[in-house]
Amino acid sequence: MKIMVAIKRVVDYAVKIRVKPDKTGVVTQNVKMSMNPFCEIALEEALRIRESGLASEIVAVSMGPTQCIDTLRTGLAMGADRGIHVEFNDALYPLSVANIFKKLVEIEKPSLVILGKQAIDDDCNQTGQMIAGLLNWPQGTFASKVVLDKEKQVVTVDREVDDGTETVCLNLPAVITTDLRLNQPRYATLPNIMKAKSKPIKKFTPEDLNVEIKSDLEIVEVTEPPKRKAGVMLSSVDELIDKLKNEANVI
Amino acid sequence: MILGAITKRTVSFSASHFLSRSSSSTRYGSTLVIAEHEGGVIKAPSLSAILAATSLNSSISLLLAGSGSSLHQAASQASSTHPSISQVLVADSDKFKNPLAEPWAKLVHLVHQSGGYSHIIAASSSFGKNVMPRAAALLNVSPITDVTRISDSHTFVRPIYAGNALCTVRYTGSSPCILTIRSTSFPVPKNSVDSKSSEASISEVDLSTFDEDLGNSRFISQTTQDDELPDLGNARTVISGGRALKNAENFKLIENLAKKLGGAVGATRAAVDAGFVANDLQVGQTGKIVAPELYIAFGISGAIQHLAGMRDSKVIVAVNNDADAPIFQVADYGLVGDLFEVIPELLEKLPEKK
Repeated sequence: MKIMVAIKRVVDYAVKIRVKPDKTGVVTQNVKMSMNPFCEIALEEALRIRESGLASEIVAVSMGPTQCIDTLRTGLAMGADRGIHVEFNDALYPLSVANIFKKLVEIEKPSLVILGKQAIDDDCNQTGQMIAGLLNWPQGTFASKVVLDKEKQVVTVDREVDDGTETVCLNLPAVITTDLRLNQPRYATLPNIMKAKSKPIKKFTPEDLNVEIKSDLEIVEVTEPPKRKAGVMLSSVDELIDKLKNEANVI
Repeated sequence: MILGAITKRTVSFSASHFLSRSSSSTRYGSTLVIAEHEGGVIKAPSLSAILAATSLNSSISLLLAGSGSSLHQAASQASSTHPSISQVLVADSDKFKNPLAEPWAKLVHLVHQSGGYSHIIAASSSFGKNVMPRAAALLNVSPITDVTRISDSHTFVRPIYAGNALCTVRYTGSSPCILTIRSTSFPVPKNSVDSKSSEASISEVDLSTFDEDLGNSRFISQTTQDDELPDLGNARTVISGGRALKNAENFKLIENLAKKLGGAVGATRAAVDAGFVANDLQVGQTGKIVAPELYIAFGISGAIQHLAGMRDSKVIVAVNNDADAPIFQVADYGLVGDLFEVIPELLEKLPEKK
């Protein structure tokens, strides 16, 4: 069976972002970009499923400007078999991504789609659920454990929910989104990075796929969050208790 | 938070507005709140969703689903105690016994078809995050998740980049406008639940056309952490520990202090990954978002991803032996010291919580 994995190129998680002075967004030029950490986990899970003999092919998909190909190459170096790049140079919101993804699913016919639970730039946490909704497939979001039963064509997913863990069983085909604790993604080795250069990446545009990109969202402005006023350093526990009691009035 | 200009005009909306699908009429619309309930009462994050809905100046319908007596108990409690709710819709079926996204999203779709809501709101709980984007896809609209401020009926503020930027976004699409709200940004005042003079009507959702085939997903089980401490998301005091606690045994120090202060226990990803505590205690961008009165961070360096989950706390205290730890940049009170000395001293000297 085939697994499709979605991969997003985002500002590296360790970068301290800066808001543009004109409030139109966040500075992304000359900033280190990487694969979204949750997408790495999604790809790692797909790789492990293939390594256990339950999947035959992994297709990595990324949408956005040309540079997304670098991110796709990283995915190929980790072990994905081939890539699909949907080129689009403007903002893509989850609804559009889900609509494009649906078309790709219709072309590729995977049995499983794995995504990260959220991108660390827009923090939306929507795309996987929306793809599942559009395809009318069951969804296993915030997965911390995935067990695939090829014979029964079901996947059992442990989900991280607010007050603990929940287990659901989904018929294939299904959509899974990954939480942090699903696995520890591997690093691409140099030989694999070299090998990845010859793996195929197919290019589409939204027009090729007959998807009209129209958004019902408009960014009005992006601002910095209010700064906290400078705190004070204390020298003893007694002083701390005194401040909490008499200045902050919280105990 | 409340749009002044339209405050006074909301009382007299008519049924035609109610059913209209065009976005121009949604200023007079009606809001559907998808609520979670447990033990016959509405859960706290859903109360925040109701509060957020009141700032949209529309009539509020509450959707409760599930089965059994606790569902109907929750419905009658909601209808008689929340003055802003004008209607309670009840979907009683075994299909909604468990929080599966597939039937729930279909239900939201079905209820919207008959109600024609301008807004559909739920809390950004794991339930809301799971169900609402799926429902939005079924309705072909973009959802707006984790809203922290409602500027007007179609303009919202939400944090991006782990809370390091605030994005104001305007919804320009057709109805419904689907939102999940960050409950810590819409704190429900204590004692706000009082009985009202007239009860909101309770009606059953007609499920005769509900054709969701439930064969594709099944609920297997749920494991919850059982503890007597208050819920992390709503606690007024949160005591958090990081990697510096070294092991699960030492984390008891944090628990003891939390008990003494009547607070909840939180943790960093490092502490959870190392197995000191369960993952539902993780505070941060990908864990829980908290905004208590008092947040005390022990042995937490203050990574971007952790700050994202607690930076809106009223008073932040940091105890760390590294004076250069980034946590001190957001702390109101910082104490450089060994937490293994500081916590016992605090336990000893703090006044007993009545």
